[in-house]
Amino acid sequence: MNQEDIGAIRLTLELATIVTLLLLLAGTPIAWWLAKSGSRFRNAVGALVALPLVLPPTVLGFYLLLLMGPNGPVGHFTEAMGWGLLPFTFPGLVLASTLYSLPFVVQPIQNSFEAIGRRPMEVAATLGASPFDSFLKIALPLAKPGLVTAAILGFAHTVGEFGVVLMIGGNIPDRTRVISVQIYNHVEALEYAQAHWLAGGMMAFSFIALLILYTFNPAKK
Amino acid sequence: MSILAEFRLDRPNFLLDIAVEMPGKGVTAIFGKSGSGKTTLLRAIAGLEKEVKGRLSVSGKLWQDEKVFLPVHKRPIGYVFQEASLFPHLDVRKNLEFGYRRRGGRISPEQASEMLGIEPLLSRSTEGLSGGERQRVAIARALLAGPELLLMDEPMASLDRDSKREILPWLEKMKRELEIPVLYVSHSPDEAAALADHLVLIEQGKVQASGPVSELMTRLDLPLAHGEDAESVIMAAIESHDIENHLTTVSFPGGRLHLPYHEIVPGKMVRIRILAKDVSLALDPAQRSSILNILPAKVEEIADDGPGGAMVRLSAGDAKLLSRITRKSVHSLSLAPGMKVHAQIKGIALLK
Repeated sequence: MNQEDIGAIRLTLELATIVTLLLLLAGTPIAWWLAKSGSRFRNAVGALVALPLVLPPTVLGFYLLLLMGPNGPVGHFTEAMGWGLLPFTFPGLVLASTLYSLPFVVQPIQNSFEAIGRRPMEVAATLGASPFDSFLKIALPLAKPGLVTAAILGFAHTVGEFGVVLMIGGNIPDRTRVISVQIYNHVEALEYAQAHWLAGGMMAFSFIALLILYTFNPAKK
Repeated sequence: MSILAEFRLDRPNFLLDIAVEMPGKGVTAIFGKSGSGKTTLLRAIAGLEKEVKGRLSVSGKLWQDEKVFLPVHKRPIGYVFQEASLFPHLDVRKNLEFGYRRRGGRISPEQASEMLGIEPLLSRSTEGLSGGERQRVAIARALLAGPELLLMDEPMASLDRDSKREILPWLEKMKRELEIPVLYVSHSPDEAAALADHLVLIEQGKVQASGPVSELMTRLDLPLAHGEDAESVIMAAIESHDIENHLTTVSFPGGRLHLPYHEIVPGKMVRIRILAKDVSLALDPAQRSSILNILPAKVEEIADDGPGGAMVRLSAGDAKLLSRITRKSVHSLSLAPGMKVHAQIKGIALLK
């Protein structure tokens, strides 16, 4: 493994960690709303969140590129705030990855919230707990299996993504070049030995991630 | 000090239209068939049914009207659900402390545990508890939230017969030792007879009748006073014990009754339950009868009850009694309202 490979591994882990934290922060309230709301927009929001499951990453990457570019609304906003443009930067990668992995985090958490049912929250309310208090002390602890699943899936999925990264981030060493892109580079250059190290590592990592998932969170009988 | 509730809910296939005043003390049983709307009424009082419109004031405080809706967590209530609904991620002690920490009250966790006999369970997880134990923990948890009004939704309905027998004495004890008004939803006349002072009958989303339990259970225009299980409840005082014959005598303004010995101090008030089918009528005082309890009574009303049967409401002093006899006997004795009779009582149960 050369210096660039190690840089790619470091960058990937950094990206996945930040994205997982953001996903849990953003995904939990979205999942709660989807699980509990009677709003007529519920299905539309649910479908929107699930879009990355079925879209090719290039489609999502393409539109994100337009939105975040100099002529897009997000681009206007980030320039007005003095942050510059997000495409081909690490923050741009974080934003795109977060959106792309959102369904992998929202759905397990939503399922957990739905499985709790309304009763424990009603009991908490009759015992004097405000809705937010009940959410923190009852709903979140009861949804722990879903939160663990969500974190593992979000992390692993971010580590494994390629298309969106290439569309938004390109291939800039130590800034946007993650493992999957680096593997692509090695294969392009016919450096199969190097490609094996990274690709094999990814295989092992993904297997272990899923093994942890199934061990601590076995499927319901 | 009373609970004034006016609620309305219009759903397809279900109409709730309630206007009722309930006493702000003692146990009020809200009684009705399943689907009658009694649970919805209880949930509306707790604030758990946001769609129910209306007006609710408890002990002079407004909880709900067109403009006001006090959220559930701000209502000083305790709620015991049909299933214990303990928090599975907390042990018994933490379950008990959940409401106590947030609202607290006159009762400490130690007192509540002692009152419901759950001290040995405190450090246990909720998982291994029996149905009766779970419900006792749930009741203690509700009491610890410092309620000014305790709402109980058929707390014994999901329990087997043995667990029910296990719970009832604790409920009676709770009633004696605490002064919290209780609304108790039930479809079991026995539970109502054992616990309630006041009854509210709900039928198809409407209040059919509301009044003292001894009166409503013997009103012949109401379904409770009909059928095999019809019964009357009499409040009486323990008068004396006859240890030799293993008997206890109780007295009430309508007379005296003898029943199997119960170790209760004389002077104490108890509830006596008499099944209508255990009461037969005679025009003359029985000579040399084996029946121990014969009360002079007056016929108040007679109604048909099933094929060939009749239900007779009697008054003895200020107490009401039911007697279920055959229509043939009504005719042969020429029974009519106002007549003096002798009620011969075969079986009496003491409910404490």
